[in-house]
Amino acid sequence: MNDFVVKTLLAGFGVAVVAGPLGAFVVWRRMAYFGDALSHAALLGVGLGLVLGMDPVFGVVVICVAVAVLLALSQRQKSLAGDTVLGIMAHATLAIGLVALAFLTSVRVDLMGLLLGDVLAVTTKDLWRIWVAGVGTLVVLAGIWRPLLAATVHEDLARVEGVPVQGVQLTLMVLMAIVIAIAMKVVGVLLITSLLIIPSAATRRFCRTPEQMAVLAAVLGCCAVAIGIWLSFHFDTPAGPSIVVAETAIFLITVFTPGRSPGQ
Amino acid sequence: MDNVNAAVMSSRIQPDGGSSLLEMQDVCFERGGKAILEHISLSLARGEIMTLIGPNGSGKTTLVKIALGLLEPDSGTVARKRGLRIGYMPQRVVIDPVLPLTVRRFLSLGGKCQLGRRRTALEEVGAPHVIDSAVQSISGGEFQRVLLARAILREPDLLVLDEPVQGVDVTGQAALYDLISRIRTRYGCAVLMVSHDLHLVMAQTDRVVCLNQHICCSGHPAVVSKDPAFIEMFGKEDADRLAVYHHHHDHVHEPSGEIATHPPGPHSHDHHD
Repeated sequence: MNDFVVKTLLAGFGVAVVAGPLGAFVVWRRMAYFGDALSHAALLGVGLGLVLGMDPVFGVVVICVAVAVLLALSQRQKSLAGDTVLGIMAHATLAIGLVALAFLTSVRVDLMGLLLGDVLAVTTKDLWRIWVAGVGTLVVLAGIWRPLLAATVHEDLARVEGVPVQGVQLTLMVLMAIVIAIAMKVVGVLLITSLLIIPSAATRRFCRTPEQMAVLAAVLGCCAVAIGIWLSFHFDTPAGPSIVVAETAIFLITVFTPGRSPGQ
Repeated sequence: MDNVNAAVMSSRIQPDGGSSLLEMQDVCFERGGKAILEHISLSLARGEIMTLIGPNGSGKTTLVKIALGLLEPDSGTVARKRGLRIGYMPQRVVIDPVLPLTVRRFLSLGGKCQLGRRRTALEEVGAPHVIDSAVQSISGGEFQRVLLARAILREPDLLVLDEPVQGVDVTGQAALYDLISRIRTRYGCAVLMVSHDLHLVMAQTDRVVCLNQHICCSGHPAVVSKDPAFIEMFGKEDADRLAVYHHHHDHVHEPSGEIATHPPGPHSHDHHD
């Protein structure tokens, strides 16, 4: 295997390993649309990073956290349903991001790469960035695992038992922003949510504990990355969408595989 | 955990000394221009069982959430005894089937505890057999017992139970109220409970607070059941049945300790007049 393939695979694995456990929370907390809104906003973050002459990852994290806080605040009003607000936010930020990038005539921006990922063009620097951010995210997630799980099961009960609910929820959002920033290179902003939710959704029927689900989701994600990149090399298909196709195939196989029923 | 808990509660803490665990003064709460609670003052003593009753929408759950510090009152004060440990059993806990969770794991989310303590807590509430079951697979009554076990694992000074017998069949309801009463005796904790099963709750209660945005009446069950405000809210028939139940209760435990089945009749009501 040549260096190029190894780099591509390592980038994909780095993202899949952290997207699995984090995605489990996205599934448990029903945050799929929230993830969409954040990842669409990431495009605006890239623009911000470029304008400020900083690392785009920094811009993405800043914008995603800002959007997350704005969404959390907007949930307090009752005149519009939560999914309506999410829909407005997701598409408004995507559109504003696209328009903003069009103004950046001084920098050449690979728009398709941002939207659909460009894992085959991953550099050593990207690889470092993915693994450092990924491992950091996993460490923090492990640290807040029990309180976050308690707040996911029942927010009020957790609060009465002394869990700093708002703190762990905000931390989760920051972690999601970081994962979105690093996953962009692999699957692009349009497909990031699938990386978070499909592996977790595929594992549910085979797991008895939350931790099993998180680990198995990471493993399935890595399988999908390997299959997708192989597809991409052999049939010259775009790598990001190929990974998501592989994930979907795995998900469909698990649907028809006998497993535990959710009640067991 | 304790430090965090103390930090959460620190905004409204009364210096230690008073015998009441929880004291509310003139608490008001409104949402969207509609008054939910008006001028509520009450205090809960150590070891006391207080039951909040009232029709749907009377503000019972809001009052409980204010007592717990989950909601801030618009005006008035809430004082909790310093270091008060609360065991909470929320209303209608539904755990999404997408989250794989055994009862043992569910209990562990409440915090650290001694090895084997979770099993003994489940034994105390009469549900040791479900320890390795998925929380979504057990019955409503079993789940309420598991919630109660999680609450007592905190070794609380105060148990706050929001409709503890919800989703439990009638025979199970009486057993659950008995269990709560036994837990109070065993742990010496106070109990603040929301209910609308008047008949079942009354026998296990030291004080009833009858709520309908404001406190209509409060006191010992036998007294409250004859209060005009109570009769107006729940109807003569219910109020009479309560009086009957109390008479019935007074007589049952003396000779054999078994539950006798006195037919309720006008005679039994007379005793209370």
